Amino acid sequence: MSDTVLVDILVLVLLVCTALVIVRMRGILAAVMLTGIYSFLGASWMLILDAPDVAFTEAAVGAGISTVLMLGTISLIGTQAKEPYRSPWLPLLIVTATGAALVYGTLDMPHYGDPEAPIQVYPRPGYVELVHPDTRDAFHPPGKEGAHPPEMPNVVTAVLASYRGYDTLGETAVIFTAGVAVLLLLTGGRRRKGDRP
Amino acid sequence: MRENRILRIVAAKLLIPYILLFGLYVQFHGDFGPGGGFQAGVIFAAGCILYGLVFGLAALRRAVSPVVLEVLGAVGVLVFAGTGVATMARGRNFLDYDAFGAHGQHWGILVVEFGVGLAVTAVMLSMFFAFAGRGKGGASG
Repeated sequence: MSDTVLVDILVLVLLVCTALVIVRMRGILAAVMLTGIYSFLGASWMLILDAPDVAFTEAAVGAGISTVLMLGTISLIGTQAKEPYRSPWLPLLIVTATGAALVYGTLDMPHYGDPEAPIQVYPRPGYVELVHPDTRDAFHPPGKEGAHPPEMPNVVTAVLASYRGYDTLGETAVIFTAGVAVLLLLTGGRRRKGDRP
Repeated sequence: MRENRILRIVAAKLLIPYILLFGLYVQFHGDFGPGGGFQAGVIFAAGCILYGLVFGLAALRRAVSPVVLEVLGAVGVLVFAGTGVATMARGRNFLDYDAFGAHGQHWGILVVEFGVGLAVTAVMLSMFFAFAGRGKGGASG
């Protein structure tokens, strides 16, 4: 075990505690603030797992933009949640079943850091070695014919924008579509009446 | 109340330029450090939203027009897809940046990430406008 195991446990325990407090909370404003804290803890956890790009996104989107959007929603709907008037048992059962199914699914996955895991052995030769400037020339001497992989110190960017550029194009289109949908839902009706903001 | 407002304005004026600059750094340094178009777009939008929260929605509308933002979101996606069409026009596969020469991968990734950043900034700010503008008269948050 590494010397960061205490930090791992601390971050994970805090994550669970924050989630439990959010669930039990009736004041929406405090709950929104706590989801921001939850996102920061999630970002810390991603950083511990050596995924700074994901941590970056989690901190900027989870703690930044979505908090602002949720505050905007609160200003429209008020800050107190109503007491639940339905029995919580059915939702609890569904959530537990879904969680159990997810845990069952992870049993098939390789252990974290397993050198034989598909993520380490595919594609060959390792895309990381192919792209990183330190190891690139061994696979791809300058002047060699054929496809040139990008030379990128940040392999994540190379994978996202070049190796899986088609996926990223789809993701950008999804963001754009989501934005259009929100705009249509929130402002479309008013514009039709000629009340242009 | 008035002193509070001055405090907020001074703090925001100190922070906003650095947030926007950091957004640009993340955008154009994405192939060397962590980050890229998506993160940069969100950070840039966050800087603008801070401006809107402190100085009021009307001031933000004057700085970045919602109509322009709606166009920019589409332009961002078009820049990405257009790069793919350009590579096809040069006889390569869709989004195969080698079509742009020896450093084609660098240029392709730079342009594509710029498209992503543009689309994300525009969409995030449009969403903020849509939410904040629904309140009573769109007063500051």
